[in-house]
Amino acid sequence: MVADAIGGVRLWWRRHPGAATATGIAPALLVVGALFGAAILAAFSRSFGAMPDPLGAYRVVVADPEFRAAAAMTIAVAVTSTAMATVLGVAAALGALRLVRGRRTLLALFQANLAVPHVIGAIAMLNLLGQSGFVARIAGQAGLIDGPASFPALVHDPASVAVIAHYVWKEVPFVALVTLAILRAAGEGFDEAARTLGASRWQRLRSVTLPLVLPGVLPAALVVFAFTFGTFEVPLLLGRSYPAMLPVLAHKRFIAVDLAARPEAMAIAVIISVFVLFVVVLGAVTARRAIRRVAT
Amino acid sequence: MSSEAPVPGGWQPSRRWSLGAAVVVALLVLPFVPLLITSLGHAYFFPQLLPETWSARAWSRVLAADAATWPALRMSVAVALAVTAVSMAVAVPAGRVLATRRFPGRAGVELLLFAPTLVPAVAIGIGLHAVFVRLGLDGGVSGVVLAQLVPAAPYVILLVASVFANADLELEQQARSLGASWWRVQWHVTLPLVAPGLTVAALFGFLVSWGQYTLTLVIGGGRVVTLPILLFSVASGGDSSVTAATALFHATPAALALLLSAVVLGGRHAELGGAR
Repeated sequence: MVADAIGGVRLWWRRHPGAATATGIAPALLVVGALFGAAILAAFSRSFGAMPDPLGAYRVVVADPEFRAAAAMTIAVAVTSTAMATVLGVAAALGALRLVRGRRTLLALFQANLAVPHVIGAIAMLNLLGQSGFVARIAGQAGLIDGPASFPALVHDPASVAVIAHYVWKEVPFVALVTLAILRAAGEGFDEAARTLGASRWQRLRSVTLPLVLPGVLPAALVVFAFTFGTFEVPLLLGRSYPAMLPVLAHKRFIAVDLAARPEAMAIAVIISVFVLFVVVLGAVTARRAIRRVAT
Repeated sequence: MSSEAPVPGGWQPSRRWSLGAAVVVALLVLPFVPLLITSLGHAYFFPQLLPETWSARAWSRVLAADAATWPALRMSVAVALAVTAVSMAVAVPAGRVLATRRFPGRAGVELLLFAPTLVPAVAIGIGLHAVFVRLGLDGGVSGVVLAQLVPAAPYVILLVASVFANADLELEQQARSLGASWWRVQWHVTLPLVAPGLTVAALFGFLVSWGQYTLTLVIGGGRVVTLPILLFSVASGGDSSVTAATALFHATPAALALLLSAVVLGGRHAELGGAR
């Protein structure tokens, strides 16, 4: 009797694959979609309507010189970090493949690096690049500087050197691991063929290996951009306090004693979220088109 | 990555590459050197590279029985375990469906599951805070766990989906046609196929939560003290040795991941780094 019922349920299940699909996906969509959706909707609705003018918070934010300076600085840091991490990451992967010994050690280090929280990397950078940090001490030992004060400011500096250094250090292993996964999946057939046809080392790199890895590396670069644009704790520890980078600025407005700044915080949250999603989607579409054009 | 992986470019491996690799390894490890020295330094003045006297003072303070490290460690572990458990619970059915079925609206589902990993955590945090204040979830552990699911669950789902996509699920059909019951198939066929990958996915969920600072700060409001929150308050205290020791203590799982990946998995699980 019970066995019949279970059998019946199972038969219905098999005949309705759509129901099985929906049941499998629903919990994930509920958890991620509800929480993410609630966060975005709340930020949206709080950013409007706090003033008589619904767009008031946005007008204040966009006219704010600190926001403008922060936006320029954040984009510059994200673009620089992404470009450096992508180029160096691909180079590291291509180099790693040519190793006979030590490749495992290198891969293990790449993986371990991904497991290091941003906070720790940022504190390590303080000890490395600060004015009495390790690099400054080496410069002092070499007689290049007299004291900590004569070492160039690399932390809390206008050029955000320590912030960029941290991002490159953290994201190069990510790009390298993605590149290695692509190369492993592709095998060496194309390269062999090109070599048989007499292509030189650089011709093969330019016309075979790079086109092979690019379709996978570009999405990884977009993810790196989103991270370097949106991470909060790294510019908080290593960046300038005025103008602060956008995530830090959003938090500064959020915790301001003056509650009138709350809608501004929400407006900044909406602006940076929309901007990141816009850049990633636009980048993905453009990259796909470019790849298709090259491929045909 | 096995050691007989292809060599595109076909260049002969040479000492030059080993030298390059040594430089990369040195750069990867470099940031930890001053951290380690500082944590063990006593009277470490500019421009000394090594301190005049070494001392275990900072470490004995961080590891003292009554140190704030231990409650923070317990909180970090509890939050990370809860986040991992919920993530895995939703990821296993979803990952299997995403890996094996085509259905209308699939692209939309994937976009919705991927978008939270791209949106800045501070934006998610201050948006969720407004919602959680109304629900009475702000300032508590459950609110922090819920908030951390936003970045953690998508990664776990994507990883689990790739595990199922790479598993040879036709073996299930064969076992079924040989008369094994559904439960027997799950237990004896499916689980052994996907268990190593699911372990990696769970580890990843744990690590995402372990490193999460922003959401814990914004939702927890300073009342949920995990290790990253403790690290920030120690860092603002100004004792650089204690800060360095706390940071290294917090990095322990990364060191364990390194050991695990190098020794136990024999470096074969490059997939660990395939996603973040």
